[in-house]
Amino acid sequence: MTLAIFFGCTFIAFGPALGLFLFTIARDPLRIIILIAGAFFWLVSLLLSSLIWFIAVKASNPLDEPLQKGLLIFGVMFSVLLQEAFRFLYYKLLRKAIEGLVALSEDGCSPISIQQMAYVAGVGFGLMSGAFSMINLLADTLGPGTVGIHGDSQLYFLTSAFMTMVLIFLHTFWGILFFHGCEHQHWWEITAVIVMHLAVSGSTFCNPLYMGSLVPSYLLMATAATWAYLLSGGSAQNLQRFLLCLRSGASPQLES
Amino acid sequence: MITFMNNSDSEEEPCNERTSLMSAESPPVPSYQDGLQASQAGEVQAHRRRTGSSRSPNNVADGDMSDSGVPVRESALENEEEELTLKYGAKHVIMLFVPVTLCMIVVVATIKSVRFYTEKNGQLIYTPFSEDTPSVGQRLLNSVLNTIIMISVIVVMTVFLVLLYKYRCYKFIHGWLILSSLMLLFLFTYIYLGEVLKTYNVAMDYPTLFLVIWNFGAVGMICIHWKGPLQLQQAYLIMISALMALVFIKYLPEWSAWVILGAISIYDLMAVLCPKGPLRMLVETAQERNEPIFPALIYSSAMMWTVGMAKPDTAAGGPSQQTWDAAEDGRENHRSPSHADSQMLETRSPAPTRPITSFEELEEDERGVKLGLGDFIFYSVLVGKAAATASGDWNTTLACFVAILIGLCLTLLLLAVFKKALPALPISITFGLVFYFSTDNLVRPFMDTLASHQLYI
Repeated sequence: MTLAIFFGCTFIAFGPALGLFLFTIARDPLRIIILIAGAFFWLVSLLLSSLIWFIAVKASNPLDEPLQKGLLIFGVMFSVLLQEAFRFLYYKLLRKAIEGLVALSEDGCSPISIQQMAYVAGVGFGLMSGAFSMINLLADTLGPGTVGIHGDSQLYFLTSAFMTMVLIFLHTFWGILFFHGCEHQHWWEITAVIVMHLAVSGSTFCNPLYMGSLVPSYLLMATAATWAYLLSGGSAQNLQRFLLCLRSGASPQLES
Repeated sequence: MITFMNNSDSEEEPCNERTSLMSAESPPVPSYQDGLQASQAGEVQAHRRRTGSSRSPNNVADGDMSDSGVPVRESALENEEEELTLKYGAKHVIMLFVPVTLCMIVVVATIKSVRFYTEKNGQLIYTPFSEDTPSVGQRLLNSVLNTIIMISVIVVMTVFLVLLYKYRCYKFIHGWLILSSLMLLFLFTYIYLGEVLKTYNVAMDYPTLFLVIWNFGAVGMICIHWKGPLQLQQAYLIMISALMALVFIKYLPEWSAWVILGAISIYDLMAVLCPKGPLRMLVETAQERNEPIFPALIYSSAMMWTVGMAKPDTAAGGPSQQTWDAAEDGRENHRSPSHADSQMLETRSPAPTRPITSFEELEEDERGVKLGLGDFIFYSVLVGKAAATASGDWNTTLACFVAILIGLCLTLLLLAVFKKALPALPISITFGLVFYFSTDNLVRPFMDTLASHQLYI
């Protein structure tokens, strides 16, 4: 395919995440470490869920189509649940880390807050998830081929890129929501994250009916974005002030 | 990983902190504000360094492969550092992440584009058994035998190096190092450039080639063995590590490569931690004699240097230092005059005002982090092999990359906890191997199936 597809899809999928990384994470070494560790946790969760799926597939009859489909659905759902479980484990680890950082610091406060960690952890999860979904596709766009020549959708690359982008954003917001829920024992927030994740993954089963998967995902992303923004101390006033480029001393910032 | 804090380069040249080779380690620094992620209260004192005294060429008679990592501790600074809380923080982890990442990127980019390094064209003499056997058992046996031979060669060379060092044959060692870096900088670069030009079908005439290689190599020799800007030296070290890793990727047969990676991390562990390990003995000897070990085979990310400046007034213009924004902030935080005295190194003036006239005062407030080039090489070998052999799959490469970085992070963490020399290979290579095999065999089918149905998790 063409270089235009390659660059286009790369920047659609990873452009916003790259912006987030460059402007908010790259300057602080601690955040970079948290990002990479978040990616690592996501990777481990993927590993374990692939292991389960692999065992299930090997133990079953490969010619039985409905069974394989059912196993795939099970694999996807199990993977989602495992990802959230690892997000919880990562939360626990970061909590301990904050205590350590506080103990080490000279003035008794941690150089990074749990909300910042939540954001960075979410970006880490999202980046790794997006990378694993998208990188092989991007490598294929550099080679020869015609998309959809056998009757599949011709928008495969584009929709994959958009889906990856929305997933990265979603993971970021879910990180914030999840950690907030864990911090304040708001179990409904945690459940909401899990349900949203299952919904988004489930909606991708509608592919190639992209209306059924992309539109709900973007709507869910908008919801999650607003919720995360509100939880992080944002409000309509702040937004207005930001958009009008007003500076006011008392407004809480998103990146506290 | 070893770092060593030493004042001078070698006994023959009047090196001081101006040389970018050995960063004379700084006076102990007050603690960082930021800590490691799962932070520990500890000072990281020692890093381990791995010396490969010469890289193993396949067809050059000179030099054999020797990897000796050398843990060093500066005993005199220990007492000061008891007071400091966290010497190495997130900043130092990033200072190592960046060069390791760069090296891996170079290796992976080369592997994926230049066909030469994935073609089988014979083997090194250190791995004489071929893997072209029909049965799996025979192949496994051959790779284990290859590993045994390779590791024995490494052990022998390390012991030889330790003996040379013990008996003060410095000239021999320096000559050996110079010869090996000559070979890397000229011969391997020439081969690499030739293959890259062939891949992209670019013609280059011999005079131009000669000019390019000569300049590259000569500047490299000067930067690495003598003085030069720190970033140039770092760049050269990364390049020679990448070249060496590419040689290994090309000439090590598949299964042997994996077994060798595993075996060398075990060897690393034993050589650095066992009381009679050669590397440990090397370190202790160096400590007793209070001298630096070997220049030019350690990657140093000291935050201070520029090339040695002759005119003090230009130094007065302000500290020219590595442009680390974090360092700027860090420097402001580290003005703790109480730690400025009682160094074995140049004493740093504790004056908060800095009309810097003497170069000594430019000296690091930060201690640089050092990592041996052997570690770079083996990390890159792992990721490069993953890129070369994982059936065209980028996920495996990415997974190995993240695993190695996390291993490095954990190693630095352990360094902060145990405060002694630790080998840098075992944790990273173990993670890397685990993730390579599991991603290639388990995750890849899963992700491929998901991608074919366009499902997302």
